[in-house]
Amino acid sequence: MAGKPAIVLENITKIYHMGETRVIALKGINLTVQEGEMVAIMGPSGSGKSTLLNILGCLDRPTGGTYYLGGEDVSRLNKNQLALVRNKKIGFVFQSFNLLGRFPVLANVQLPLVYAGVGKKEMEERAKEALDWVGMSRYVHHYPGQLSGGQQQRVAIARALVNDPSIILADEPTGALDSRTSIEIISVIQRLNMEKGITVVMVTHEKDIALYCRRLVNMRDGCILSDAPVENPGNASDDLAAIPEEMGVPA
Amino acid sequence: MNFLHNLEVALNGLRANKMRSFLTMLGIIIGVAAVIIMISLGQGASKRITSQIASMGSNLLLVFPGAGQGPVRGASGNVNSLTLEDAEAIAGLSMVAHVAPELPASGTLSYGSQTWTARVVGTTPEMQVIKDWPVSAGSFFSGDDVRSAAMVAVLGKTVVDNLFLPGTNPVGSTIRINKLPFTVVGVLSAKGASMGGQDQDDVVYIPVSAAQKRLLGVNHVGLINVQAETPESMAFVQSSIESLLRERHRLTGSSSDDFSVRNLTSVLEAAENTTAIMTLLLASVAAVSLLVGGIGTMNIMLVSVTERTREIGLRMAVGATESNIRNQFLVEALVLCLIGGVMGIFVGIAGSRVISKAFGWPAYVTLSSILLSAGFSAAVGIFFGYYPARRAAGLDPIEALRFER
Ligand SMILES: Nc1ncnc2c1ncn2[C@@H]1O[C@H](COP(=O)(O)OP(=O)(O)O)[C@@H](O)[C@H]1O
Ligand SMILES: [Mg+2]
Repeated sequence: MAGKPAIVLENITKIYHMGETRVIALKGINLTVQEGEMVAIMGPSGSGKSTLLNILGCLDRPTGGTYYLGGEDVSRLNKNQLALVRNKKIGFVFQSFNLLGRFPVLANVQLPLVYAGVGKKEMEERAKEALDWVGMSRYVHHYPGQLSGGQQQRVAIARALVNDPSIILADEPTGALDSRTSIEIISVIQRLNMEKGITVVMVTHEKDIALYCRRLVNMRDGCILSDAPVENPGNASDDLAAIPEEMGVPA
Repeated sequence: MNFLHNLEVALNGLRANKMRSFLTMLGIIIGVAAVIIMISLGQGASKRITSQIASMGSNLLLVFPGAGQGPVRGASGNVNSLTLEDAEAIAGLSMVAHVAPELPASGTLSYGSQTWTARVVGTTPEMQVIKDWPVSAGSFFSGDDVRSAAMVAVLGKTVVDNLFLPGTNPVGSTIRINKLPFTVVGVLSAKGASMGGQDQDDVVYIPVSAAQKRLLGVNHVGLINVQAETPESMAFVQSSIESLLRERHRLTGSSSDDFSVRNLTSVLEAAENTTAIMTLLLASVAAVSLLVGGIGTMNIMLVSVTERTREIGLRMAVGATESNIRNQFLVEALVLCLIGGVMGIFVGIAGSRVISKAFGWPAYVTLSSILLSAGFSAAVGIFFGYYPARRAAGLDPIEALRFER
């Protein structure tokens, strides 16, 4: 599946100024991610994982270095241009789901399309399609508060994929979930990567979750410590079938 | 497209916090209602004055006997200085349209067993023209009736109501004024109360000659109504009358006038200006309360922005630009103020009616006052919504997503 690079980072630095002191969160990151890859980023707390993911997601600009997203230099874009890039090319999955509790599931999934200027009918069709894809089509009119954590994360994944992004960025997507539900969610993300060919970059601090990815990047103190392919990455769907359903409910 | 989304989000937000939204709107509702009530009361007062001017006769000058400033002071002076001949001479002046002398004589009226006391005024047919006062039955008496001092009378509506049974036509009947028989030749249409609250329909007009010779036995008249041809000519006519009467009354050099000419229209116009200023003042005070309502809106919008920090961060993450976010909160403030504004309009209209009924003040709700307050509440929404909206748009998406309540 190796082809064009989806992401190229050249000597990316990020410095935070806090009054007198400077925090160097990223110290010259070089990283290339090919289209269709599924990469896990690990590292101790404070090593710069979130900072890196925010730059990858065009939520933040690097202090120095160049970031090519799908061949386009996005490291010097202004705020409006970044918003457009986020809307068209990037899907986010968060640890805490970040669904809007005031709105039903369908409206939550439609949100990226609202800012893409998609018409009402098409918006609904595409949101339903995405919800169907993550197995949540029965919950279109539910509110997030009525759903379990795993269900909410599925809705969030539907929202991330609804506008056909080229990459999906996930910051500890299983951090708030129990282990079985974590594997469920990873299986959805794996399907996203394999069936739709979407590039996935995922931050996690759980080694067994990282081993479902095909490449593992280790960070420490704002640097990449190691970057290697995962031997025999797990298949979450298979693993899920092996784990008995909780409460003895037959599979 | 985005506007519709913003509208949905705004309405959703208002629904989610019904009590808070209502309390915020209440400020706008009260402000808008106050503006409408104040303006409609002011308009009512000024309409009343305008109709007074119209019912009194336009371009009207009043000539009173005696020096001084009006009927009250004049009464203590030489009250007999004006005559019918003075009135006829004034009618000959240029730019004078109509002249009608008036000789008041209060009298006891009777018809059959009914009696009634009303103002009895001796005058000429010109009076009807000056007051632009149509008859509802019969006709006004004629110039011939004046020349012959005919015993005829034209009755106001109130007099008819008090002397005659309902449904009877008084024309042709003979009533008695201070025991003397007068034939009713006409009935005037209803005119209503004057500015001072006096019933203008409680009046009987008879030929001025009949009043002088038969009722009072005098040769003077009480006052002379002079209608100028145009508003611009009033000053000219006034000074013409003054010099004419000084000449006719043989007043020379330093001897003071034994009459006075007053321009009542200008007095009423001054009253109208005063009313307009009062209206403006009251409306300004009301507008201040609308401003206070606006500040309440700003406060609640700021709370709303803080509460929804994460939502803002999420929206930015999925592609909302700063202007998307800003517009969303602007629309929300606008919706808040416009809903408040519309409710305020209804409360204002109802309030004007209630106050008008309760205190007997006239109130006119005008379209312009409704548009003004609707526009004002929209402006308040935009003005006080702008700062919170800017604040929301200026949030950093990463910080906003990290925000913990
Ligand atoms: N907004 C910020 N202001 C100042 N320092 C920050 C900010 N965000 C992150 N940092 C610092 O940058 C470093 C990397 O943080 P982060 O990327 O969140 O690490 P991780 O996600 O790996 O735990 C940390 O030392 C953190 O304190
Ligand atoms: Mg982190």
